[in-house]
Amino acid sequence: MTKLKIRTKITELGRGVRLSNVASHKYKDSDTATASQRAVADYKAYRYAKTLMLIVVALLCLVALGVDIGLGPYHIDFLDVYKAIFDRLGDWGGVMTTDEKVVWDLRMPRVLTALFAGMGLAMAGAAMQSMMKNPLADPYTTGISSGAALGATLAMTMGIFLIPGAFGTVVNAFVFALIPAGFIIAMSIYRKPSPAMIILSGISLMYIFNAIQSYLMLVADPNAASSVYAWTIGSLNQASWSNLPFIFCVALLGGIALMYMARVLNTMNSGDAYSKSIGINVNRARIIVLVTISVVAAGIVSFTGIIGFIGLVGPHIARMFVGSDNKILIPAAGLMGAGLMLLADCVVQTVAETMPIGIITSLIGGPVFMLLILKQKREIW
Amino acid sequence: MTVRITAENLGAAYGSIVIWSGINLDLCEPGLISILGPNGAGKSTFMYMINKILEPAEGRVLINGEDVMDLTFKDIAKLIAYVPQASGETFAMTVMDTVLMGRYPHSGYALTEEDLEIAADCLDKMHMAEFAMRNFNELSAGQHQRVMIARGLAQEPELLMLDEPTSNLDIYHQIRTMRLLRDIAHQKGIMVLVICHDLNIAAKFSDRVIMFQKGSIYADGTAAEVLTAETIKDVYNVDAEVIEVKGRPYVIYHNEGDVDERSERGEPQRHPGLPRSGYWKPQ
Repeated sequence: MTKLKIRTKITELGRGVRLSNVASHKYKDSDTATASQRAVADYKAYRYAKTLMLIVVALLCLVALGVDIGLGPYHIDFLDVYKAIFDRLGDWGGVMTTDEKVVWDLRMPRVLTALFAGMGLAMAGAAMQSMMKNPLADPYTTGISSGAALGATLAMTMGIFLIPGAFGTVVNAFVFALIPAGFIIAMSIYRKPSPAMIILSGISLMYIFNAIQSYLMLVADPNAASSVYAWTIGSLNQASWSNLPFIFCVALLGGIALMYMARVLNTMNSGDAYSKSIGINVNRARIIVLVTISVVAAGIVSFTGIIGFIGLVGPHIARMFVGSDNKILIPAAGLMGAGLMLLADCVVQTVAETMPIGIITSLIGGPVFMLLILKQKREIW
Repeated sequence: MTVRITAENLGAAYGSIVIWSGINLDLCEPGLISILGPNGAGKSTFMYMINKILEPAEGRVLINGEDVMDLTFKDIAKLIAYVPQASGETFAMTVMDTVLMGRYPHSGYALTEEDLEIAADCLDKMHMAEFAMRNFNELSAGQHQRVMIARGLAQEPELLMLDEPTSNLDIYHQIRTMRLLRDIAHQKGIMVLVICHDLNIAAKFSDRVIMFQKGSIYADGTAAEVLTAETIKDVYNVDAEVIEVKGRPYVIYHNEGDVDERSERGEPQRHPGLPRSGYWKPQ
């Protein structure tokens, strides 16, 4: 199917759904409609179709959630999962059945962490790619992952904690992951933060962090080094109800903030000069987006470890379906990321429960992505 | 009311390289104003300074009496729209979404019905309404340019600045675009500032012509006042003859000059392999 055919299909779909909206039809179907009236009607139909697409993907995510919760050594039927969820919600203080216990206490934290982590990482990745105008960018581009890894390594091998207690490693990873953003803000005082400057300073920081981390792992006790290694792959095994609120807030608030910046990200496509001419302080906007992305990615990474791929590929797959308009792309990428994580977790639960999800996302996602690249005909960049 | 742009002793420099300095200009009357001049004369730089994209090296620009540097980008954007030079940079967004960018200074997060209608109307003015749902990166260079102009119009400014708006357009659309810009200027009483390289197109439609030369403004006035054989020789180093067509100056170029230079240096004037008749003829 050619791109034009796809576009026409989408527009037709939207128009079909908008049967109740007489205005858009009156224009399209009458011969007296002017070209601009038709353009407005078509655009509305198109936007409506895109919104509909988001709702469908959101529903698919809900289905995947149910499937994922049901999987495991204690199998629960698909519908029973939702029954357990709603029964518990309806009778919060009551005695829990086995199903409810498994669903709520054992599996919900893990599955919801997967959902929000995937959502946050993919939204951050979409925003980063749009801002940098670079298809290779992901939420970790500025050195966030290396920072987080160094923070975690310091905690695990040297016992250096910024704050003591159960969240020591998490806080270490979070704070170190934010160093690149801080560094770029400091640099922006002297130089305007162009995409090239942001990427290159991120890469230089990444090498510095990696060097220190490699040294620490060499001199560390092998057990500690092995746990650091496991951490860098990324897994959901640490998920718990107490960690969830933080990931939830970071992914949701960050996502809303990025969606709010979507129009600004769109205009950045047309170059800095044009963005300034329509009233956007480009340098400040870039810093705001960068900090938002960094907080989202750092917040997620510090709890789950470095889950790769989702932040790079989620946005690309979304782009193939909805195009590059950030107003649609960012939420679509979020849903796509969430869906991919849930699917990956389904595979983990069926194949090997203790396998870190980071391995599966890359192992399954890689070939799927390659197939999509081969199949897609539309220019997305 | 039209916005009033005043340049006071304005100077531009990139690092230590001075582009021009000591420019005093007053733009306040509605109409189509063309900026002409050779490459690198600082025509685009002048536009950048009007909407704060570049900081002046010296002097200042005033918009309605206020220094540009004291205004926010958003304040300026409500008065002044800018259509950048065609760069070939594209993105996978629909044409309609691209034109709607121009509504940014006027609209909130959600677009209103009015925004959509204005955008579609501007597209229609540029004969691009049929392409509203096509992706921007699926269009030709000339179509890109028409979309960009529509986006500038959608901003509904009091001063519309266009950097070489006709560079990729076919002759029909060059003339049509310039006439449209002039008509909009006259009907709405706004100022339209156009950078142009086609002297005849500029002469035909401009109410005022400003000729830049390296370092300063060479001439400023009506097309007939500015476009003379002497000016063209001084500014572009091109021999030309200026005749009058329908009350407007019309420039005819004579460029035998460079051939003479070659014979003076003793270089062959034509490749020995070329046929004697000089022109390739279909067999």
